[in-house]
Amino acid sequence: MVTRPDARVRIVLAEVARQRAGRGRTSADLAEQTGIGDALLRGLVRAQLALAVRLALVVAIGLGGLPLLFAVAPAVAEVKIQGVALPWLLLGVAAYPFLVAVGWAYVHLAERNEQDFTAVVQRPER
Amino acid sequence: MNPYLIPAIVAVTLATLAIGAYGLRLARTTSDFLVASRMVSPTWNAAAIGGEYLSAASFLGVAGLILKHGVDVLWYPVGFAAGYLALLLFVAAPLRRSGAFTLPDFCEVRLRSRKLRRLSTAFVVFIGWLYLVPQMQGAGLTLHTVAGAPYYLGALLVGVVVTANVALGGMRSVTFVQAFQYWLKLTALAVPAIFLVLQWQAAQRPAVTPAVFHSDTAVVVEQRATLSLADGSTMVVRPGERLEFPAGTPVPRVSTVEYEDGLEWLLPGDSSGDRGLFAAYSLILATFLGTMGLPHVLVRFYTNPDGAAARRTTLVVLGLVGTFYLLPTMYGVLGRIYTPQLLMTGDTDAVVLLLPSAALGEGTLGQLLGALVAAGAFAAFLSSSSGLLTSVAGVLSTDVLGRGSVRDFRVSALLGGAVPIVLALNVSGLDVSHVVGLAFAVAASSFCPLLVLGIWWRGLTDIGAAAGILVGGGAAVGAVLVTVLGPALTGWTGTLVQQPAAWTVPLAFAVMVTVSLATRNRVPVTVGRTMLRLHAPDALRL
Repeated sequence: MVTRPDARVRIVLAEVARQRAGRGRTSADLAEQTGIGDALLRGLVRAQLALAVRLALVVAIGLGGLPLLFAVAPAVAEVKIQGVALPWLLLGVAAYPFLVAVGWAYVHLAERNEQDFTAVVQRPER
Repeated sequence: MNPYLIPAIVAVTLATLAIGAYGLRLARTTSDFLVASRMVSPTWNAAAIGGEYLSAASFLGVAGLILKHGVDVLWYPVGFAAGYLALLLFVAAPLRRSGAFTLPDFCEVRLRSRKLRRLSTAFVVFIGWLYLVPQMQGAGLTLHTVAGAPYYLGALLVGVVVTANVALGGMRSVTFVQAFQYWLKLTALAVPAIFLVLQWQAAQRPAVTPAVFHSDTAVVVEQRATLSLADGSTMVVRPGERLEFPAGTPVPRVSTVEYEDGLEWLLPGDSSGDRGLFAAYSLILATFLGTMGLPHVLVRFYTNPDGAAARRTTLVVLGLVGTFYLLPTMYGVLGRIYTPQLLMTGDTDAVVLLLPSAALGEGTLGQLLGALVAAGAFAAFLSSSSGLLTSVAGVLSTDVLGRGSVRDFRVSALLGGAVPIVLALNVSGLDVSHVVGLAFAVAASSFCPLLVLGIWWRGLTDIGAAAGILVGGGAAVGAVLVTVLGPALTGWTGTLVQQPAAWTVPLAFAVMVTVSLATRNRVPVTVGRTMLRLHAPDALRL
């Protein structure tokens, strides 16, 4: 909802109280962008970004390192498995299950980060 | 000529049009799209995304490149698939939660700037057109290869069919058509591949390199060129000349066709040394980061009900696309044995189409499989270009021509379709995959930094984003225009211009961050609320 800062807003105590009771203190902190809510959100964003960057690095090293490896150690590229040269097996076949595995790990871990966050926000008040 | 071919192509085209017309009655407005979204499961949605994504470049181009250049170009399919991983890691869930339907929408949601919205519209249209051209090129090539029709006929046919279909409202929101196209494309490559591999096994696994004619072959010369024969002699050939090669002859080198052979084809790295390594990394970067910036990929994410579903869908797409890319490699490799004449004519993009009848003979089996592959190729052109044109026409009608009425959309579709048709008729000489690679480079140097920084960094400002897009994306656009229209470049200049991503992507990121820091006072006041919307788990519903 967009309101001008100077617009008059009607506040009814009963409504505010009902909202608070339903959603819990931390949840309200988030929605109202208080210091606590903001810190919580920054923590979540940082955690998710760190996870994404870490897994991107796994791919960058695992796959992205291959051209360099082949350039530095040409002997590796000449290894043959079942008559097929290693670079063909790595790039033509193995790369795809590797990407899917990294993707699966990400979905799993990112959802766990979100569950942790939700648990903190919805923690019953004492 | 193959008697099953024309019926197969006509059937695919009619099926697409018919389901499109049926969808017209089902889905009239954007809100229908939203309603439909609640009923589409991640698996269907993922198949639809895959169906739209696997274009002429994937279906024809990758195998053609592998036939010519060998192991070094395996990076194309790996990068095309890995692009979905980057999308999953950095963009998928927050983008869905933002509620943005197109990239210009995202600019407005995140940075509250109409001007930036218009700038990104221009880039969406440019990338869309650049990506549409090779689809029509591929169609022209396919009809020329399998039916002997002139090149312009196929390009015109697909261009006109798709434009008319999109203008009349077909293909919008038709998830099931796109999902059907994915399975059709997969089947069209997988079934012939089984027969091809069995045939290769039965023939005692002939060696794939060096390139040798394995059966008596006749090649008709199409343009003046110099042949270098295996014994070291050379000969000049003229158009119309017919050359006969008995089985066992090494394939001569033609001056107009560049390809690799022997160990160079089999092993990574090439004669250009550092430049080859640079080009490889540039290509990896473009495909890895470019996928998230393609206009037709992004729109599909809106059909996911929430952020978590968007993530799961992307993971399934990664699996589906990865499965598909196992196949073109096989065609490229077996093409060395059964269609080596393509290394002389240079029409390597045709390898997928010619391989079934070349390997299995002109009997019923070879002809049926050949028709299946051609049908799959047409499915690829139709689905990708429909998706692209819908996105281009969508942004043109809402942001350039009018306010997004149905009439505006139709005019935009006609305009959006006409430009790539004209371009496709004039650039027949370029490799399909190379042009697509350039579209990825532009997307990676403009929208990738915008999305990644917009989602993860509060400090991004509208001026910073605009500067980054103009400098990085502009540099990539310049490189594309020089490659497509300008003179042929060689050496380091050529490599830097033909594979620009390795310098334009870091440039775009650097400019975006620097200018945003310099204009820190323009950070939108609502940034905290926007970040909450992008990142808060769906279960909280704040």
